[in-house]
Amino acid sequence: MTAQTGFPRSPVRKGMTRKQRRMVLIASAGAVLAISAGLVAYALRDSIVFFYGPTEVVEKGLMPGTRLRLGGLVGEGSVVRTPGQKVSFTVTDAKTTITVNYTGLLPDLFREGQGVVTEGVLEAPGRFRADSVLAKHDENYMPREVADALKKQGHWQPGDAKAGADAATTPAPAK
Amino acid sequence: MIVEIGHFALALALGVAVIQTVVPLWGVARQDPVLASVGPAAAIACFLLVALAFGSLMFSYVASDFSVENVASNSHSAQPLIFKLTSVWGNHEGSMLLWVLILVLFGALVALSRRSLPARLRAGALAAQGSITVAFLAFTLLTSNPFRRLVPAPAEGQDLNPLLQDLGLAIHPPLLYVGYVGFSISYAFAVAALIDGRIDAVWARAVRPWTLLAWTFLTLGISMGSYWAYYELGWGGWWFWDPVENASLMPWIAGTALIHSTVVMEKRDALKVWTILLAILTFSLSLLGAFIVRSGVLTSVHSFATDPQRGLFILAILVFFVGGSLALFAWRAPLLRQGGLFAPISRESALVVNNLFLATACATVFVGTLYPLVLEMLTGDKISVGPPFFNATFVPVIVPLLLLLPIGQSLAWKRGDLLGAAQRAQFAFGFAVLVTIALLALTRGGPVLAPLGVGLGVFLVVSAFWDLGERVVARASGAAAIWSRARGLPRSIWGTAFAHAGVGVTVIGIAATAWSTEGIGFLKPGQSLTSGRYTFTLESLAPRSGPNFTEEVARFKIRSGEREMKPVESMKRMYTARAMPTTEAGIRSDGFSQAYVSLGEREADGSIAVRAYDKPLVLLIWIGSLIMAFGGALSLTDRRFRVAAPRRAASAATMPQPAE
Repeated sequence: MTAQTGFPRSPVRKGMTRKQRRMVLIASAGAVLAISAGLVAYALRDSIVFFYGPTEVVEKGLMPGTRLRLGGLVGEGSVVRTPGQKVSFTVTDAKTTITVNYTGLLPDLFREGQGVVTEGVLEAPGRFRADSVLAKHDENYMPREVADALKKQGHWQPGDAKAGADAATTPAPAK
Repeated sequence: MIVEIGHFALALALGVAVIQTVVPLWGVARQDPVLASVGPAAAIACFLLVALAFGSLMFSYVASDFSVENVASNSHSAQPLIFKLTSVWGNHEGSMLLWVLILVLFGALVALSRRSLPARLRAGALAAQGSITVAFLAFTLLTSNPFRRLVPAPAEGQDLNPLLQDLGLAIHPPLLYVGYVGFSISYAFAVAALIDGRIDAVWARAVRPWTLLAWTFLTLGISMGSYWAYYELGWGGWWFWDPVENASLMPWIAGTALIHSTVVMEKRDALKVWTILLAILTFSLSLLGAFIVRSGVLTSVHSFATDPQRGLFILAILVFFVGGSLALFAWRAPLLRQGGLFAPISRESALVVNNLFLATACATVFVGTLYPLVLEMLTGDKISVGPPFFNATFVPVIVPLLLLLPIGQSLAWKRGDLLGAAQRAQFAFGFAVLVTIALLALTRGGPVLAPLGVGLGVFLVVSAFWDLGERVVARASGAAAIWSRARGLPRSIWGTAFAHAGVGVTVIGIAATAWSTEGIGFLKPGQSLTSGRYTFTLESLAPRSGPNFTEEVARFKIRSGEREMKPVESMKRMYTARAMPTTEAGIRSDGFSQAYVSLGEREADGSIAVRAYDKPLVLLIWIGSLIMAFGGALSLTDRRFRVAAPRRAASAATMPQPAE
């Protein structure tokens, strides 16, 4: 246990005043909180992933090797499957297009012209290696980040891709 | 007509809820016993009205009345009856109505409970509960009316999201909501105590059964949701640290802490202020969950429709109830009499440590869930916080807690004997170490964390019953005597043992996931794919049609070594109304392990992509949570919750046996 119970029992302990006991309690609580705050701060630096649209990836000049989430629309006619479960497609926001390579099975709702979020590593400018393609749970649902990224590039009309206002009439709790 | 009756009943319920909130408080203030006792009648009336509204919505679903917008966009005449029924809460508006129904059900249960409560406490609690009802009824009626008509009525509905056309929808949301919403009672009692300015062991004994009930259901709800995701999403994951999952986990952790701190209050008349704060925070986290799920501020696999107006309304509710109760707390808490001193080595201190760790764990989940939101507001950067974050923060807080648990649970109240407790835990610890070493030797080269985790789980399971075993077996001889001794122990002691053992079982299941294997291949009929211990052979691939879908059915033979197991079917479905495909995994249980196979795309050469998993001991994850919930239910049947007359606090404080 923490400092609070870590002492051997001795006559001195019995003489501890209420105030001292409270101090021990506060000190041990503070220690646990401080340690976990440290863990949180450390993890927030190392294990979070930023989300970017294709144009942002180029504008920010991200270095190859950067881990990120890339979102946008799957380019029409861009999906190429090769043996060994390899697949490549482009993610686009109408202004910039990035080629994504992925090995594995695609989610049920992966389609050309639809929104997609992939997570992986930037291999070279304009080339991305995804290790996961995130599943969506409704055919009309547009990930909010993708919708925002498309809006930023002016490639967005509410109702154009089915999201935003339209999504309000097609609620989809999932799982 | 029936729809209008439902709508009217819901509006009327709002009026009754206003009465339930205002009149009893006024009565208490004016010392008018007649006014003060309006609460129970109002709570029961409110429940009947909302039940009527819920029933009429359910009727429109069964009758496929597509002139109701909610029915038209979430149901289909070809759906089987069970899914027509569950479609009622498979959408935002209907699930909101279920939320309110459970809220008023709890109000009615408090009103009806025969346990004698101080009149002021009951009046205050019902009034607080009434105010929550007012807020959510207003929200439902103003922003999410499930009874809205559609003119002209379409001939056919748009069908329910295919992922939700599953028995899981019948089970998971109702259980989860009973849990979530049940904590409103603890909150209401806390607010009532603050208004009253008095709190004691009687309060604790009144609140504890409600908290236990909510906790038990929340445990079941979360675990059934996890199992549903595991088999429905088709890739064998059972927990994703998704914001919405976290939204249910946070109240669960806080509720777990609350169950433990109310025990201290009940037995030792201490930790009062903290317990009140915890009761407020637990329900506040439930409200936060409602906000996260329904406002769309966080991207999640659970995406309810996003509508800024709804988000703002819920935010206002959240701010009012969290801010209001915390302000009340800041104002009134100093009036509460401080509890007694306690010795550093005692059951109550151990429970303080429990609360410290649980609160910290809850805080790490809170930060991880809301940090993306805060960062986006401050900098515009979008980030995702995923499993690596939670593995690095949540796990290091929970593991020490679990290691200390066996020692804490065997300390006595008031003044415990650390050495004795450690001695009692040493057999379980030694046994767990042996198991760990054996597993490490057997799985050399495999993941090291798995045997360690299994060892931790074994430690928890064995130690949970070790104390009891000593008490029952060592002091009695003969089966009959053992049985009668076992029955003689308070139920809550057994409840504790089962709940703690359940945690251990779940830990074993989680640790074993490190041994699971995944195989991906492209199969034609007759070809096989091996994953871990299992070999899956594709026997046939054939089309089939269901009531509102067509599907391609793959039949697999499964072999484990020389042993032939029962075949499974895995399906790729296409739901016609929404033109939406889903994957139905084929799962065969093998002891506590499972062989899991799901389908991918059909290839040009006629083969089909197949994912196959060997999931060792995976069922223990959910079996453990069922055991936890069983423990909770067992505690609920404890005698002291059934005895009508509250015992005096003093006698409870001097009870010699640790009863939790």
